[in-house]
Amino acid sequence: MRLAILGAGAVGAAVTDLAAEYGHEVVALADSSRATIAADAEQLDVEAALERKAGGEPLGTAEPETVFETDYDVLVEATPTTLGDAEPGFSHVRRALEDDKHVVLANKGPVAERYDEVRALERDSSGSLRFEAAVGGAIPVLSTIEDCTPQAVSAVRGVLNGTANFILTRMATEGLDYEHVLAEAQDLGVAEADPTFDVDGTDAALKCVILANVLADGGFSLADADVEGIQALPPTALELAAEDGRTIRLVGEATRDGVRVGPRLVPENGAMAVSGTQNIVQIQTRHAGDLYSSGRGAGGPETATAVLSDIGRL
Amino acid sequence: MSDEFAAGESTADADYPPETDGGVQAYTVRLELVDEPGELLRALAPISENGGNLLSIHHERGNITPRGHIPVEVDLECAPGRFDDIVAALREAGINVIQAGPERYGEELTVVLVGHLVETDLSDTLSTIERDANASVLDLSLAAPDGMDATSSARLRLAVDTDSARPVLNHLQRLADAKDLCLVEPLAGGDR
Repeated sequence: MRLAILGAGAVGAAVTDLAAEYGHEVVALADSSRATIAADAEQLDVEAALERKAGGEPLGTAEPETVFETDYDVLVEATPTTLGDAEPGFSHVRRALEDDKHVVLANKGPVAERYDEVRALERDSSGSLRFEAAVGGAIPVLSTIEDCTPQAVSAVRGVLNGTANFILTRMATEGLDYEHVLAEAQDLGVAEADPTFDVDGTDAALKCVILANVLADGGFSLADADVEGIQALPPTALELAAEDGRTIRLVGEATRDGVRVGPRLVPENGAMAVSGTQNIVQIQTRHAGDLYSSGRGAGGPETATAVLSDIGRL
Repeated sequence: MSDEFAAGESTADADYPPETDGGVQAYTVRLELVDEPGELLRALAPISENGGNLLSIHHERGNITPRGHIPVEVDLECAPGRFDDIVAALREAGINVIQAGPERYGEELTVVLVGHLVETDLSDTLSTIERDANASVLDLSLAAPDGMDATSSARLRLAVDTDSARPVLNHLQRLADAKDLCLVEPLAGGDR
């Protein structure tokens, strides 16, 4: 497949870097200001492009829009997730589908906030849309649901935000307060300078909204989710939970009826009590009991493997 | 929110009858006893003789019923088919059974509350739970390391009727919202 990659952050760069290993060619790569485009019938000098990006130089001389004019098969959309209208991600998806190209999303926005519109565009296109990387990074959540068929899945629950999980894990094991652990997480690069979306539950909620959309075939956006974060939890809450063999995790739940994210009590040695930045997903099926899948829910190369798996399934 | 979020068994299992292949279920009987030596023992005999296993006995010596008797609450477990025999045997033995709610307080539920628990009147919170949420507070652990006027945490273990965890949790959530507390619920279906 010939890939056009929008977004040159950790995920976009990792897809660019790993594409050849998975048998694909990169023909265009763009960030928000510049693009680099392969010459006719050639593929991009990936290494040089990534070196320029790492060195703080412009990726290339072309306008980002020119990416759509290249001869590509799959648009990889890895620009940052935005709330509300999900732009510019949504417009990128629309443009590619209208041109009958395939789209693989790492960006959660379009499928969390404008799922019905995106699916309508897909129906009118001969291209298809996949978005495994948007939920749980490297963990195959959506493909598992697809394999079970969404109708046979009654609920999906999970620890879907590594930053919040890291903070809760450290608070529980060290008895430290939230602010202290957050500062530590920022020093380690686990938490962003502005960790709001991670700790207030928004990031986990977006993933659950996507899951609810897949289960119910649309109808949900972030506004429909019941979301609570972890900022208000003192270390004593975790201590009291531990005295009873439990711990607290930020858990997201998605069903056909709704989305809920909040701190929940889980057995200390249970499957849901993953530690650090590890994620876990429980898929509750009607005929096959519960399926569990755990792994890296974030990170450039990890998430890129989900993008590349999607491309392989096209 | 739907029942998919209910604590305890998932709704996927709700279509099936309870398993009774030798399985036991918890029940509570409320008795009133004449205040005489040996009465409690006499009241418990029909339970064990009919295949019931005693879990706990609350002998409320400080309370007197309107008839001047002592209320006793007995938690027991037995095979579902045996409960009626136990109640009949108690009545046959002349014990006054005030309440024999099958499936009464059949489940336990643990929650954590966080916030200004003391300033928002903890004892009122507890009595509201008992009165309105139809749950019985079995025990409470409170941690307030920064003093009573700071944020504190409490772990509550509640006894609730079988299959009524969800309504109880909804009650607790409304109570928490009204007092600006954070309620940490157990995760349904995540008990593994």
